[in-house]
Amino acid sequence: MSEISIETRALNLFYGDFQALTGIDLQIPARQVTALIGPSGCGKSTLLRVFNRMNDLIDGVRVSGQVIIGGQDIFAPAADLLRLREKVGMVFQRPNPFPLSVYENIVFGLAVHCLARRQEYGGIVEQALRSVLLWDDLKDRLHHSALKLSLEQQQRLCIARVLPLKPQILLMDEPCSALDPIATLHIEDLMQRLKKEYTIVIVTHNMQQAARASDRTGFLYLGKLIEFDETAKIFTKPAQAMTENYISGRFG
Amino acid sequence: MAREHFQNLLRGLEQDLVGMGEMVIAAIDRSISALKNVDKVEAERVIAADALINRRRWDIENQCIQLFATQQPVAGDLREIVSFMDLITNLERMADHAKGIATIVVRHDQKPLLKPLIDIPRMADKSCEMIQKSLTAFITQDVAAARAIIEMDNEVDALYEQIFRELLTYMMEDPKTITRAVFLIWVSHNLERIADRVTNICERIIFMVTGEILGN
Repeated sequence: MSEISIETRALNLFYGDFQALTGIDLQIPARQVTALIGPSGCGKSTLLRVFNRMNDLIDGVRVSGQVIIGGQDIFAPAADLLRLREKVGMVFQRPNPFPLSVYENIVFGLAVHCLARRQEYGGIVEQALRSVLLWDDLKDRLHHSALKLSLEQQQRLCIARVLPLKPQILLMDEPCSALDPIATLHIEDLMQRLKKEYTIVIVTHNMQQAARASDRTGFLYLGKLIEFDETAKIFTKPAQAMTENYISGRFG
Repeated sequence: MAREHFQNLLRGLEQDLVGMGEMVIAAIDRSISALKNVDKVEAERVIAADALINRRRWDIENQCIQLFATQQPVAGDLREIVSFMDLITNLERMADHAKGIATIVVRHDQKPLLKPLIDIPRMADKSCEMIQKSLTAFITQDVAAARAIIEMDNEVDALYEQIFRELLTYMMEDPKTITRAVFLIWVSHNLERIADRVTNICERIIFMVTGEILGN
């Protein structure tokens, strides 16, 4: 395997007494799309949220094991959470632009993290919107409210919003579930463009989406990583019967 | 178990495949009995019936395409439907070989056979047995049986070799026998090709069950 972007070692996660993840050992390659699939409640979103420590916000969460990103254990006492969230961007199920203009949505992170000077903002906004193929549509509407955009445009904007922070990793939690099929295909194409520069990890309920859009697929069940392999192999010749039963729709 | 509708469609396809296999076996049987009796009329019936087998093949292929388009098969289901498409191609080609034998009978033009047939019917029986067994192995996903059937091909090859050598001696002794001897060599060659195609089916069964591709 090529360069590893995220590595977990014997990762366990508990919500109080409930163990949501058990002994996850996973190596996510850099600059590829990795899909996490599995039935509801299998831990795939929990695992995704581990990668930028979003679960920290939930009461009673305990984590053991290691998660190595950029050579550092993100749960080490000295880990810098702010720096981690800069490096690991997140896109959610429903587009959630800030109730601000298109322009302000994109520079918001820059302002919070003090990452650029004001006079650079214009160029950065253009570049971010170009990356998600929104520039031509929105260049004359930069100061209109982001909430007026179509859902697909909003979701693209939410992806664009992460890019100025120069993340290495983009986490996407069901990024297309609120979109229609054509918009879904557009976002999938976008992932293929973005993976040239970013490591993308996507959680999806849509098996065909995992098959279409990802290079690698991990199948989780009851908090365990049952199988992790090249997507083409998972969907033609999975090694585990449980994976086969799930992807062919025989349970779950 | 989920996907009951899809399962039912697959089982229906299996029935159609078995039906097509029976048509092919009948075509081989009838072409050989036409040869035995030098029966031009029966041979012409075999030739005409080939169109029905072709039609059955396209019908099954069409069903497979619809399953791809509407059911998004993956993993074992995907390999099974890919295998259906491969099997019907092989069966259809076997039927062409039976038609080839029937065509030879027509060209034989009611002349008496060069010699009584012994090994050619044996070859035909062996080939039909292989087809029958391979379809059963396909339905039951039986890899061990598939491997055993591949071995049976050696027996058919040995018979072919034997027939060839025997007919060669006829031709060397008397050049006037050459035309009729060559006709019989062609017949046995068609049978040999049929058995080879059964081994293709068996390799496909192994692929379907294990995902491994044999041969090269």
